[in-house]
Amino acid sequence: MKVTDILNWENTSLACGKNSIENQITNGYNSDLLSDVMGNASEGMAWITIQTHKNLVAVASLKDLACIIIANNNKPAHDLLDAAEEEGIPVITTSLPAFEFAGKLYNELNK
Amino acid sequence: MHLKYKIQGGNFSKAGFASSEVKKILRQLSIEPKTIKRLVVALYEGEVNIVAHAYNGLITVDIDTEKVTVTLKDNGPGIPDIDKAMEQGYSTASAAVREMGFGAGMGLPNMKKNTDEMTIKSVVNEGTEVIFINYI
Ligand SMILES: Nc1ncnc2c1ncn2[C@@H]1O[C@H](COP(=O)(O)OP(=O)(O)OP(=O)(O)O)[C@@H](O)[C@H]1O
Ligand SMILES: [Mg+2]
Repeated sequence: MKVTDILNWENTSLACGKNSIENQITNGYNSDLLSDVMGNASEGMAWITIQTHKNLVAVASLKDLACIIIANNNKPAHDLLDAAEEEGIPVITTSLPAFEFAGKLYNELNK
Repeated sequence: MHLKYKIQGGNFSKAGFASSEVKKILRQLSIEPKTIKRLVVALYEGEVNIVAHAYNGLITVDIDTEKVTVTLKDNGPGIPDIDKAMEQGYSTASAAVREMGFGAGMGLPNMKKNTDEMTIKSVVNEGTEVIFINYI
């Protein structure tokens, strides 16, 4: 599936990175610890988190992640959006809690 | 090729900049993606450790035909017990740093896992020097 497929879901919207929404999603990773993502996520994953600060972008970009999903109605910081736009990382916000979003994504990826 | 980056302690808004620059250069040199991936994980963790734990630092990256050698040298509090610091889950990060999702105590173990050789030298109240080598 692609990042753009997620945007068809209810309760999700694209906060930035529209030039990269054709990115392919291979899998997902759910964590709020940056070193955990650094050590254990892999290329093409959608990263689900409730963190909202700029440092997410460096991690996502260095790890070649497909997109960042900010769950549970948390609002991304402005400098995160600026950095993500520059790096071409799609940032999606959702009102769903991380667990529910992850479940939905898991089902979709394993259809 | 010899690259140098100055790192400011406490400046999280720039954390990861040096790692991103090095990644771009390694890509331009057509180094194997797998090699780049490992190196970038180790470099980022080292860079963030200077930002999170030290006052200022210098990262140098030397690339030759067979290996990449990275030196991360900082002025800072130093590490009193390096074996302990290497343990997964050990962290002295401040509450503010933890709130950002750093301070899981996974950085040094990640560095160890993603490097071919790694040594740490540290003097308390002076600073820390981490050197790692990845073969290409
Ligand atoms: N450059 C450094 N200067 C001083 N202390 C350091 C330095 N690097 C690491 N340490 C010490 O070693 C501990 C463990 O480092 P490590 O990178 O594994 O975890 P962390 O930085 O606390 O958290 P994480 O890397 O998961 O965000 C740190 O909490 C700190 O006490
Ligand atoms: Mg660390």
